[in-house]
Amino acid sequence: MSENNHIYLDYQSTTPCDPRVTEKMMPFLSEIFGNAHSRTHYHGWQAEQAIEKARKQVANIINASPKEIIFTSGATESNNLAIKGVAEFYRDKKTHIITCKTEHKCVLESCRWLERNGFDITYLDVEPNGLVNLETLNKAIREETLMVSVMAVNNEIGVIQPLKEIGALCRKRGVFFHTDAAQAVGKTPIDVEEMNIDLLSISGHKLYGPKGIGALYVRRKPRVRLVSQISGGGQERGMRSGTLSAFLCVGLGEACEIAQKEMAVESAQIQKLSDRLYQKLKESLPQIYLNGDPIMRYPGNLNISFAHVEGEGLMMGIKNLSVSSGSACTSASLEPSYVLKALGVEEELAHTSLRIGIGRFTTQEEVDQAAEDIIAAVTHLREMSPLWEMAQAGVDLKSIQWSGH
Amino acid sequence: MAYSEKVIDHYEKPRNVGSLDAKDDQVGTGLVGAPACGDVMKLQVKISDDGRIEDAKFKTFGCGSAIASSSLITEWIKGKTIDEALEIKNRDVAEYLELPPVKIHCSVLAEDAIKSAIKDYQTKKSHR
Repeated sequence: MSENNHIYLDYQSTTPCDPRVTEKMMPFLSEIFGNAHSRTHYHGWQAEQAIEKARKQVANIINASPKEIIFTSGATESNNLAIKGVAEFYRDKKTHIITCKTEHKCVLESCRWLERNGFDITYLDVEPNGLVNLETLNKAIREETLMVSVMAVNNEIGVIQPLKEIGALCRKRGVFFHTDAAQAVGKTPIDVEEMNIDLLSISGHKLYGPKGIGALYVRRKPRVRLVSQISGGGQERGMRSGTLSAFLCVGLGEACEIAQKEMAVESAQIQKLSDRLYQKLKESLPQIYLNGDPIMRYPGNLNISFAHVEGEGLMMGIKNLSVSSGSACTSASLEPSYVLKALGVEEELAHTSLRIGIGRFTTQEEVDQAAEDIIAAVTHLREMSPLWEMAQAGVDLKSIQWSGH
Repeated sequence: MAYSEKVIDHYEKPRNVGSLDAKDDQVGTGLVGAPACGDVMKLQVKISDDGRIEDAKFKTFGCGSAIASSSLITEWIKGKTIDEALEIKNRDVAEYLELPPVKIHCSVLAEDAIKSAIKDYQTKKSHR
């Protein structure tokens, strides 16, 4: 994925569509154009057949039944539908939902919306390694708890939550378990049966499929009911109205099939590259810290704090690398990452973090180039950093009265 | 976010990076910002007996705009008298570097750094 020496290392933000996926999609932009909901003619059947195949491909990767897969526009919509839709259906019976502080904004914002509409939400703290504490979760569940929503793989720090244990706990306590698996499906094995997952959100463009499509898994046995959030013709078993895009559904399906087939080999390759990059950085740079659990993580995500070097300033020094930063300066709000904050990472270190994403198309040459560029930039910027200078002189930065602004 | 050419120029070729001897009576040191906010600027000025800034050095922890703002002011204040240097306003820095609204605070910090470094020098001098 290098173009003009630009190296793409932001696979958590999005992934390129796999050329094998694009190839399968193409006919659906031209000759196969029918509306899958036209049940009475050939053109409709053609599209329907393709969509139903895709539904099966999506179901397979999480060990679900195709009847349990609802196509949506992406994980943001899936998360909204899962949380708001289930809440609306059961609101006369139960009005408490548990989630955690490190969830994606669309989960947190859906919960805040429910809070404004009479629901009670518990936002669980996470451990310093980014994982949910099962005992804390167990204690948070009460009689009126309807659902627990905990993401599978965190988008910023890559940690994998103990889904099986959370699922078992939820089943035992009689609450629904929803997981935002946008960063997990196709990257780490997910089995909705083994993990007792009741609702699961999928995103197409995070697993080498197209943008603009996702899916929501909704369990049928025991049945989970939800109120659709879009009024219309009642497509997708009444849960999501609107004409399906065969073009996008086929892309998501194919992406899932490829990911399922190649996951084991691909994970090993990504692990190798990730270890190589981290080792190289650690050998040359003192005082760098991996954010999130070192073991329970998706290896394609390296979130590292480079002490005394501000993240956005660092990104400017590695302009041929497309990475992401948890620094305040890269967000419109000027607040550093709320995920790192939830882990208890000090604000100063949160400002120095980079998220480096390694994926299917990353090469060893790219990783080596990235290591070289990052080491050079961090070394250069530390020489310019008053904090680095003070730390080297043995000054305790916490003892200083900072002025702030 | 796209950076202006001037920001990139100062970021890539920062002027006057370094430190002066903080214990020297002729040297004033300003340390502004906070690590928790993501920007810290250290500006040092060496002032001659006739009140002229002979030398200026900076070190900055911050984004490209913060680094560029501090680099720029070292260039601007060198050779100026104390009074002339104090006339530099954050607006001037922001305008010159074409900083977008979210980066205005970098120029504010640069103005604060000048004031703080000169104040340190003046405090030292009054205790002499």
